[in-house]
Amino acid sequence: MSSRVVSWLPRLLIYLFGIVLSLWVLAPLYVITLAAFSSEEDVYKYPKDLLPRHPSTETLSFFLNFAGMTDALRRSVIVAVITLAISLAVGTPAGYALARFAFRGADTVRLSVVATRAFPIVILSIPLAVIFIRWGIDDTIQGVSIAHTALALPFVVLTTASVFANVPAELEEAAQTLGCSRGSAFVRVALPLALPGLAASAIFVFIISWNEVFAASLLTLQNRTLPAEVLALLEGAPLNFRFAGGFLLMAPSVIVILVIRRYLFTMWGRVVR
Amino acid sequence: MADVRFESVRKTFGKVVAVDDVDLEVADGDFVVLLGPSGCGKTTLLRCLAGLERVDSGRVLIGGRDATDLPPRRRRIAMVFQSYAVFPHLNVFKNIAFGLRMQKERKAVIRERVESAAKLLHIEDLLDRYPSQISGGQRQRVAVARAIATKADVLLMDEPLSNLDALLRMEMRAELKALLLQLGSTTIYVTHDQVEALSMGDRIAVMNAGRIVQLDSPLAVYDHPADTFVGGFVGTPPMNFLTAEIVAADGAGPLVNLSGGSFPVGPTAATLTGRKLVLGIRAESIFVEQQSGDGLIEATVIVVEPLGSHNLLTVRSGEDILKVSTSPRLFPEPDSSVWLRLEPNRIRWMDPETGAALDSAGTAPQNAIRR
Repeated sequence: MSSRVVSWLPRLLIYLFGIVLSLWVLAPLYVITLAAFSSEEDVYKYPKDLLPRHPSTETLSFFLNFAGMTDALRRSVIVAVITLAISLAVGTPAGYALARFAFRGADTVRLSVVATRAFPIVILSIPLAVIFIRWGIDDTIQGVSIAHTALALPFVVLTTASVFANVPAELEEAAQTLGCSRGSAFVRVALPLALPGLAASAIFVFIISWNEVFAASLLTLQNRTLPAEVLALLEGAPLNFRFAGGFLLMAPSVIVILVIRRYLFTMWGRVVR
Repeated sequence: MADVRFESVRKTFGKVVAVDDVDLEVADGDFVVLLGPSGCGKTTLLRCLAGLERVDSGRVLIGGRDATDLPPRRRRIAMVFQSYAVFPHLNVFKNIAFGLRMQKERKAVIRERVESAAKLLHIEDLLDRYPSQISGGQRQRVAVARAIATKADVLLMDEPLSNLDALLRMEMRAELKALLLQLGSTTIYVTHDQVEALSMGDRIAVMNAGRIVQLDSPLAVYDHPADTFVGGFVGTPPMNFLTAEIVAADGAGPLVNLSGGSFPVGPTAATLTGRKLVLGIRAESIFVEQQSGDGLIEATVIVVEPLGSHNLLTVRSGEDILKVSTSPRLFPEPDSSVWLRLEPNRIRWMDPETGAALDSAGTAPQNAIRR
C-alpha cells in the first residue's frame, strides 16, 4: 500500500505546482480582463464578483475612443513589428556568424554585444533624444523603433547564436553535398531547425518593445506608443480606465505568444503537448 | 561514374599540416579506403574532395575535370557522414529525395528513385517516419540511401559505421560492401578501423601525419607493410618488431642475432649482412614449440589470452616482448619457457632509422611510397 502512496505523491505535487504556477500567471490576467469588461460601479464594488455579472464594453469603448488611444495602440503594434523585423533581420545573421565561424575578434563581438546592455536605457535615452532631434526623427515611430531595436538586438544576437550552435554544421554540409549552395543550405536546413528558437527570440523582442515605457516616453510627445500614452494619461484616471488600459497593454502580447507558441513547441513532426 | 585524382594536395589549419602534399589516383569504379589513426588527415582529404574544405595548394580532379575551385554541389559527389547528418525536420522519404529535389527531377522520377534506394537499404517501410522515430542503424541506412539516390559520380564515406554497435557494424559492413559492389560506383571510404579497411577495400591508402605512406591491396598492406608504422597500425595484434642484426656464418647461410637468441635465415637475406635492422613478423607467422630445437629461440611466457579461435601469447625473448598467436589448445604456464620458430619467408626487414621496409637487396621495395 505504502508503495502506491509514494508512486502517486510526486505526481500530485507536480500537478499542485502546475496549478499554483498557472494561477500565479492567470489570476491577474483574469482580474484585469474582468475589470476591463465591467461597468464602473462593479469595479469599485466590494466584495468583488469573480464572474462577470454585468459584462459591458462601455469602459473599453470609451477608452478606445478617448483621444488618440487607438492611434497609440496602432503605433505600439507598428513599433513592435518594425523592431521585430530589424532585430531579426540583423540579429539572426549575426548570431549565425557567431555560432558557425571562428573569425578574428569573435569574442570581442560577443562581449561588446553584451556590453551594450550594461548601459541602462535611462542613461541612453537623453543623448539618444538629442541625436534624434538633430536627425529630425524625434517624436516618430521610426525613432522609437530604432531605440527599441538597440535594446532588443543584443538579446537576439546572443539567443540566435546559441540556437544555431545547436544545429550541427554537418547537416548544412550534407545539404551542400546534395546540391545546395551555402545560402540554400541555410534556408532549407538550418533555418527550419532553428525556427523554435527563433520564435522564442521573436516573442521576447515583441514584448521588449511592447512593454518599453521609458525610451518611448522620452523620445516622443505626440506620437506616443500605448504604454507611454497610458502612463501619461491614466495616472489620475478612475480605476476602471486603468484596468481597460492594462487590458489593452496585455492583450496583444498574449495573442503573439499564443500564435508563436505553435512554432515553439513543434518539434519536427510531433507537437509536444 | 568517374575517376578521382589528387595532385600534390596540401591543407593546413593554422600551423597544423593536415594534408601534406598528397598524390592519389582512384580509378573509375574503384573502392579505395583511406586508413589511418585519428588526426592523420584522412577526413580532411575526403572533405577536400567533397569541396567542404578548400585546398591550400594542389589540384583535385573528378572525372578528368578540375574541381579544385568548385563548390560541393557542382562536384557530382555524394557523401555519407559519420554522424549520418540525416535532416531531423524531414521524414525519411524527403531525406532521401533531398538531392533529387535539388536537381529538379520530375516527381515520378523522384518517387521511383527514392523507392528503389530505400529497397536496397531495406527501409521501404520507414519512408513516412521522422529520424527521431527510427533507430541509429536505420538512420545510417537513410544516410546511405540518400547518398546513392542521386547517382553521383563519386561516393564519399566518412567513417559511416563507427557509430554503430559492434554486431550491427559487422552486419552492415558486409551489406555495404555487397551494395557498393552491385552499384559499381567509385567509392572513397574513410575509416580508422583496420578490420573494416582490410575487409572492404579494393585498395587501402594508409595515412600517417598527413601523408599516404602506403597504397596497396589489403593483403599487400597486411603482408608487406611499407614501414613500421603500417605494420604496427594494420592487423590485430600489430606486427612484432625486434632489433636484429644479420651476421655471416659458416655453411648454412647468414644468422640473425636477436636479443633472445640466434637462428639461421635463408640466403636471400645475405645482402643485408652486417647491417643493424628491425625484424618485423606477424603473430601468426611465429610457431611455438614446447621443446628446444634447431633454429628456435627461447622465450618466457608472460600471459596467455584465449580468444576462442586461437590463443594469444605475450612472451619475452631477451629484451623483446612479442605477441604470438597459437593453437587454442595450447596453454603454457606463465613464467614457463617456450621455443619460437620465426618463419624466415614471413620476416620483413625494416631500416631502424627510417622505419621503411627493405627488400633483400637493402632498398625500399616498389610498393612503398617515398617519404
